[in-house]
Amino acid sequence: MKRVELIDLSKSYDKQIDVISGINVTIEPGEFFVLVGPSGCGKSTMLRMIAGLEEITSGTLKIGDKVANGLPPNKRELSMVFQNYALYPHLTVQQNIAFGLDVKKVKKPVQQKRAEDVAEMLGLTEFLQRKPRELSGGQRQRVALARAIVSESPICLMDEPLSNLDAKLRAHMRMEIRRIQRTLGITMIYVTHDQVEAMTMGDRIMILHEGKIQQVGKPIDIYNNPANPFVATFIGSPPMNLASAKNDSVSSTLLIGDTWHLALPANENYSHPSSELIAGIRPEHLRPATKDTPEADKFYVEVTNVEVLGNETVFSFELGGNEWMAKWSGQWHIDSGDRIPILIDTGSLCIFEADTGELIKKPTDLGNFVFGKEVLL
Amino acid sequence: MTISLPKKIWIYFLLTVTSLLVFFPVLYAFMISFMTGPEILQGKFFPQSFSLDNYFKVFDRLPLVKYLVNSFVVSVGVMFGQLLVCSLAAYAFVFMPFKGRDFIFFVFISTMMIPWEATMIPNFFTIQKLDWLNTYQGLTIPFFALAFGTFLLRQHFKTIPKELHEASQIAGLSRFAFFWRVILPVSKTSLVTLGAYGFLTTWNMYLWPLLITTNSSVRTVQIGLKQLQSQEMSTDWGVVMAGVIVVIIPTLLLLFLGQKQLQKGLSQGALK
Repeated sequence: MKRVELIDLSKSYDKQIDVISGINVTIEPGEFFVLVGPSGCGKSTMLRMIAGLEEITSGTLKIGDKVANGLPPNKRELSMVFQNYALYPHLTVQQNIAFGLDVKKVKKPVQQKRAEDVAEMLGLTEFLQRKPRELSGGQRQRVALARAIVSESPICLMDEPLSNLDAKLRAHMRMEIRRIQRTLGITMIYVTHDQVEAMTMGDRIMILHEGKIQQVGKPIDIYNNPANPFVATFIGSPPMNLASAKNDSVSSTLLIGDTWHLALPANENYSHPSSELIAGIRPEHLRPATKDTPEADKFYVEVTNVEVLGNETVFSFELGGNEWMAKWSGQWHIDSGDRIPILIDTGSLCIFEADTGELIKKPTDLGNFVFGKEVLL
Repeated sequence: MTISLPKKIWIYFLLTVTSLLVFFPVLYAFMISFMTGPEILQGKFFPQSFSLDNYFKVFDRLPLVKYLVNSFVVSVGVMFGQLLVCSLAAYAFVFMPFKGRDFIFFVFISTMMIPWEATMIPNFFTIQKLDWLNTYQGLTIPFFALAFGTFLLRQHFKTIPKELHEASQIAGLSRFAFFWRVILPVSKTSLVTLGAYGFLTTWNMYLWPLLITTNSSVRTVQIGLKQLQSQEMSTDWGVVMAGVIVVIIPTLLLLFLGQKQLQKGLSQGALK
């Protein structure tokens, strides 16, 4: 259970362009830390730098209290699970699991005991004598996991371990990995491009884009208060709706996507040096207007697409050249082409500065979506 | 997949005809090896009686057993030497990044374009200066570094996922241990192919052993066959063919056994 510290880390392949730069983060012992970002954002490179498979161009990497920049991979006391599992095809499951121990010259009976224990934990006992090619994808995944666990390393790195599994199995393995991590208390650094995995598994997540940190924090904080438009659209499904906006301080309204005039409460005013803003709102915060809604608050939209998912309905419409989506719970019988009235609460609106992407207004009204345990009692 | 009976008969008919065509020379040699001189001259295909006279004569006239042993030693030596050198070279070309690696590999591969015969004379002088004439090392060592073998193994090694290398790095495997414990077992198929190729080419080699050997101490069996032809005024073809049959038996055996192993290896990779 070791701390991993990244201090001003950067990576460059050609000594000119940094593919990763300015990474400062401390991963606490026993934490489940998720690196998430679109493909090509440098998240795997970062993981490989921590593992020692990729050289660090500048900055300091500390594992525990030691500087680990120059340490070879096996001296860093970590285990790693690869996307394609990297199982040795010529060895049986048992030999695969015990391979690392064998390299470390652990005694044979001890090797066997530990391999069997881990196999039992992951339900692999009956496959111990099989070769990897005789296993299904999920079973191979488990063997890869077992191989990482059996080493009893304090740190475990995972590089998109679930991306080769089907959706159902993936959901199951998500829970299983989380459970194992909690039981063993290992420090986990997990790379994924799937925001659902990031949201559900991580204690903290770090969002990377073009080699730079966008935001680090608890998943729910990031969901509620995205630091910039990129994070806002990357986390959440469907993504947050964004449109350019202008603040009219005279009439105290916000002009969204050149068509909607949203009246602002008297005490709120987003006068900013550059009046170019980006307004964002989560699909679930766009609410249906009811009969009691005053006509002035209604916004009429023309539905372009409807997806009824059983427990919720997602429909899209166009606003200021962007496709917006709204998500309402229940099954709504709406057809594309319909004009329907919707409501926007100023409280659930995010406002970003257009040039820098900086968040200047957090959503304040999440009341309808946040519940405490007390509600149940 | 099921094939209808007429189609099956037709296919097997074609297969039989073509295999007879291909196998005819060997079959004829086999028949001649039992014939007497006059019979051969009459141009018969089947001998009158299957007498083993020619076979006794061959072993009598030549130290054939010694030649066979020599050939075997040389072929096996070259086979293992090639496997060792080529696999190590291919490993370096795939798993060890160094400056100019691709260029060196290109130069290495381009030696495949130079016919072996062109380098024969310098090679001969080298061996002569080393005083390796009439020795096993003179017959084997010049063939250890095989560009084709390195190329073949490199192509196979390249298909091994690099994650396997990384996983073993994290496990703490040294470079050689990774080569020995992971790469070689994983590439068994290619190694068997290269091994069979190396053995057969060496077994059938003629020119180099002819140059390097001046007495029967390490002389190989192919030279022995040639000796049978030129020993007398008129060649006793029955005896020569008996020698040929004896000589091809080990290669055929190897091919049959190796083929089975090869097929096993190939299908192993294909089945998921």
